[in-house]
Amino acid sequence: MIDLKRVRTFGLIAGGTLSFVAAIGMVESFNERTLINPGITMGLLLILGIAAVFGYIVAAGKPNPLVETARDSRSGGIAGGLTGAIAGVVTSLFVLFVDTFDVSEFFPNMREPLVEAMTFELGVPVGLLVLTAVVTATAAAGGAFHGMSDSFRAGMSRALGWVVAFALFELVVSEILDFADPLVDLIYAPRGGLQPWAAVIIGALAWWLSTRYKGRGEAFTERVKDSEAGSRLRRSVILFGVAAVIILPMIVGGVVNELLITSGLFILMGLGLNIVVGLAGLLDLGYVAFFAVGAYGTAILTSPSSPAFAPGLSWWIALPIVMVLAAIAGLFVGTPVIRMRGDYLAIVTLGFGEIVRILLLSDWLTPIFGGAQGITRIPGIPVPGAGTISGTDPQLFIYFTFMFVLLAAYISYRAQNSRIGRSWAAMREDEDVAEAIGISTVQAKLLAFVTGAVIASFAGALFSAKVGTVFTNSFDVLVSIIILVVVIVGGMGSIRGVVVGALVLIGILGGPKSPGLLAEFSEFKLLIYGALLVYMMLKRPEGLLPSVRRSRELHGEDLTQDAWLDKGGDFTGDSAEEEATT
Amino acid sequence: MTSRTPVLSFKGVNTHYGAVHILKDVDIDIYAGEMVSLLGGNASGKTTTLKTILGYVKPTSGQVLLDGEDVSDWPTAERVGRGVTMVPENRRLFKRMTVKENLEIGAYLRPGEDLSSDYDRVFELFPRVKERLAQKAGTLSGGEQQMVAMGRALMARPKVLLMDEPSMGLAPVLVAQNFEIIERINKAGTTVFVVEQNANMALSIADRGYVLQTGKIVLDDTAEGLLANPQMRQAYLGEV
Ligand SMILES: Nc1ncnc2c1ncn2[C@@H]1O[C@H](COP(=O)(O)OP(=O)(O)OP(=O)(O)O)[C@@H](O)[C@H]1O
Ligand SMILES: [Mg+2]
Repeated sequence: MIDLKRVRTFGLIAGGTLSFVAAIGMVESFNERTLINPGITMGLLLILGIAAVFGYIVAAGKPNPLVETARDSRSGGIAGGLTGAIAGVVTSLFVLFVDTFDVSEFFPNMREPLVEAMTFELGVPVGLLVLTAVVTATAAAGGAFHGMSDSFRAGMSRALGWVVAFALFELVVSEILDFADPLVDLIYAPRGGLQPWAAVIIGALAWWLSTRYKGRGEAFTERVKDSEAGSRLRRSVILFGVAAVIILPMIVGGVVNELLITSGLFILMGLGLNIVVGLAGLLDLGYVAFFAVGAYGTAILTSPSSPAFAPGLSWWIALPIVMVLAAIAGLFVGTPVIRMRGDYLAIVTLGFGEIVRILLLSDWLTPIFGGAQGITRIPGIPVPGAGTISGTDPQLFIYFTFMFVLLAAYISYRAQNSRIGRSWAAMREDEDVAEAIGISTVQAKLLAFVTGAVIASFAGALFSAKVGTVFTNSFDVLVSIIILVVVIVGGMGSIRGVVVGALVLIGILGGPKSPGLLAEFSEFKLLIYGALLVYMMLKRPEGLLPSVRRSRELHGEDLTQDAWLDKGGDFTGDSAEEEATT
Repeated sequence: MTSRTPVLSFKGVNTHYGAVHILKDVDIDIYAGEMVSLLGGNASGKTTTLKTILGYVKPTSGQVLLDGEDVSDWPTAERVGRGVTMVPENRRLFKRMTVKENLEIGAYLRPGEDLSSDYDRVFELFPRVKERLAQKAGTLSGGEQQMVAMGRALMARPKVLLMDEPSMGLAPVLVAQNFEIIERINKAGTTVFVVEQNANMALSIADRGYVLQTGKIVLDDTAEGLLANPQMRQAYLGEV
């Protein structure tokens, strides 16, 4: 059964999406990156990816937990193909429009290069037919894929996933395999991109491994989680993780370490903000202010050329002072807003963040903070026997970042599972009742602000020592927003979530000021952040790696809404699934 | 009896919401071990009275005393620390937490103490709660929520238990059951101050009662006295 209405709707959406990514110049800039040597570029992957995903979505039908969707690759393929055809035609019309009319005055990307990119440089009539055919075929494949057997799906997705990962993360892979230069030359073409046969081998290997070791991964996770049998195993897993963290920076080069450090700073700030927003439920949009306190505090205390007052302390002595300053700043921001709730709090903190930046920039305080010139010549972190370590030494600096991330994670973990963590949870839900239970919400809120501020000051202190100069433009509101996005996408209240969120968003897509591993994204990262945020809010509000509490908070209702179906009242989620499958 | 210090008292309390005068010269005295009820129609100021006891609302004049000490300026949490706990209007459980967590957080002011006897007590009063420990509180039925709300309050081992309309939204059988339990809690030594519209029910178990009308205490007598009072019978006990 093909749902033609669904085909039409999603065909149009897919066509719109393809036209949109073309219109903003994404396809063109992605085309500069070759993934598989002759001809398969990231731009092509984008087009194919969109087509395949929409084909799959249409074939999958409307999700309904009570009815198992029929899985049939023929009708799936047809539905996908029809969707693709519509999308292809819509996109072609768009390209034709761009080719015919000159609107580049308003839409700077809608010019000749766009047409070339979308027609594979074959010119309008032929290229558009090819585009439509390619999109149709890919969407059909995506639709058919939905109906394939589980083992085929697993193998195929692993194979594609690995090939794409090897191609996208060429930089990391070739740095890790640096010791075996000939191997790198075998896998990658001299001017970038996987060699075609290397792609085939990687894909085949991934497929073979997925069938060979089917289910082993899950079984292993189960074993590790098992409290008794897993305890020794767990220890070795942790040991392995620690070893990997220690060794990784040594084998990857400067660029990757640099990215890891930036991600690390955002992990730190994410963990801090997670306490404020995720645990205590206080929406703080001016969090960057505490990062600024840490950075400027360290700069003034350590730099010999701090304008007004230059004690020239060692980083290690400056750190506790900076922490105290940040704690005071936390109290300073927290106290006046303690009685505010929700939206008001967000707006006021947003204002605070900007006030801090503007003050730092102001003529009035230029004698202290250096105004637009900022503060320069900030020394690195002195280490006995190793001189001072700064950003010019990313391979060593990364360890300091790790250390503080670990500390912040430990603080978060302890806070979360303690009495104060419970009082935050209660306050997040109902402030009045929390008070009636004896929780002093004033104290609880201030404690959240202060803890968050101190953790952000770690990031600030590291940042100063790393880059050696601080300017106000490193502290604008975008930073606050991006940290918040990291927390939301990763999973509010979840430490693992923040770590993964920061690695993916900052490390791979890029931070507010710096490109990530996939530099192609940097122009579009705000767009992607926004899209990701909307998607997450709609489909997975608990985040990528949610905390146990959050996912229960957000999803428990789904089960119990259907509880009336079960007369005994002893409803469990499993019984509904059983009914559905039989 | 009157020579003792009341555990809870209002001395000439006036409260305002903005310019609106709600409580007008209210005097209340509640002694240890008593069961007192506050009766009154909608919007008469019953909830406001409880909010004033806990400090959500500060009196514009007059005093709130706990064990004879003026606490009018204390923050809520500190008053709770003095052994006053409330079962709020509409229960207001932490809906996203489990029943167990709701009970656990009820004992927030007793960190590190062994709570097993408290759980046992709650389960003895409300056997159903024990079956629902892992369930999310927001998904409980209204009756069950009332039980958990009372359980949560009891976990604090309060000296004085304030209850805001415990019968609201419950079936008559449940209301009767509930009041029986309140009576048991009171007999076990907890002072209870219960706000009710269901005057018959409340007076059947209370020692004394106050009647509030547009913010003024208009009657103040023993339960028997109030039940026999003709004015009372007409206005609140549904007789003509
Ligand atoms: N926060 C507030 N701001 C302004 N007015 C309020 C506020 N809270 C209550 N009031 C008003 O104060 C009056 C008394 O309210 P209160 O909640 O004490 O009544 P109640 O006796 O508990 O009534 P019910 O039996 O309906 O619960 C009402 O007129 C109400 O509208
Ligand atoms: Mg009320």
